[in-house]
Amino acid sequence: MSTSSQGREIVSGEPMAKPMAQAGTALLVLGCPQVPVQTSIALYLMNRLKKAGITPVIAGNKAANTLLVVADQDRHYLGEVIDLDRAVGLITDGKRTFDLCFVFIHNDAGVSYAATMGSISKARLYVLVYGEHYEEQAKKIDFPCTVIAAKAVHNPLPLKKAIDEVAPWAA
Amino acid sequence: MGCVESMNYEIVLRDATFRESRDYIRDHFKEFLEVQPGFKVFDVHVIGLPPIAIGLDGDFVIFPYTKPCHGTFLLRVEDKTEAARLRAMKK
Repeated sequence: MSTSSQGREIVSGEPMAKPMAQAGTALLVLGCPQVPVQTSIALYLMNRLKKAGITPVIAGNKAANTLLVVADQDRHYLGEVIDLDRAVGLITDGKRTFDLCFVFIHNDAGVSYAATMGSISKARLYVLVYGEHYEEQAKKIDFPCTVIAAKAVHNPLPLKKAIDEVAPWAA
Repeated sequence: MGCVESMNYEIVLRDATFRESRDYIRDHFKEFLEVQPGFKVFDVHVIGLPPIAIGLDGDFVIFPYTKPCHGTFLLRVEDKTEAARLRAMKK
């Protein structure tokens, strides 16, 4: 929990404020935060998207969301944060839509979440595949999406470079 | 597990891949249906690569539940009403 500049209490897993306009939005679906590069790349991607006028929304489990909320206390990069299961429900029920969707993948569960987003959402889907065994996970992806993959565990630069080459904020 | 926590469930498989979970249902249950991601079983939106298999065994429903850090669990829950609802969808 933290306090915003307006003095509101911000609880991890709940929206910071009223949902923003649906145009130019991107959902970032976080995986298990056990691989260090995820939080760094999420902050980087949010910054690039915001600079391009795209509103990023984070969806993750409590641990993944809290890592970001604590790292960005004043919300320079972070906007709305949603619990992952709640995000799936909102999209499935047609209550939220996004233009872009980025799914962080370093394990089998990440592939499952990406396939789910590809099925329930009309957003343009990007998958960020990283970790020690990124090639093994990338092989499982047989659904339409743009794959951005790099062997990145502690050092985010290989994945940052791969993202920059695709420049999804400019697509 | 959120609302799943309140269920009286049995874990059939734990820390499985999605494919292992789907194959287990197809191989071990004569009666199953296949649904799309986001389909609601009880209050849970199922996650995975389509099609997602859900098993039926009498009044028991067997379905995958995915957590980002622990992979896919295959849960077995007894619920006559939900089993009947799912069974009706097969027809």
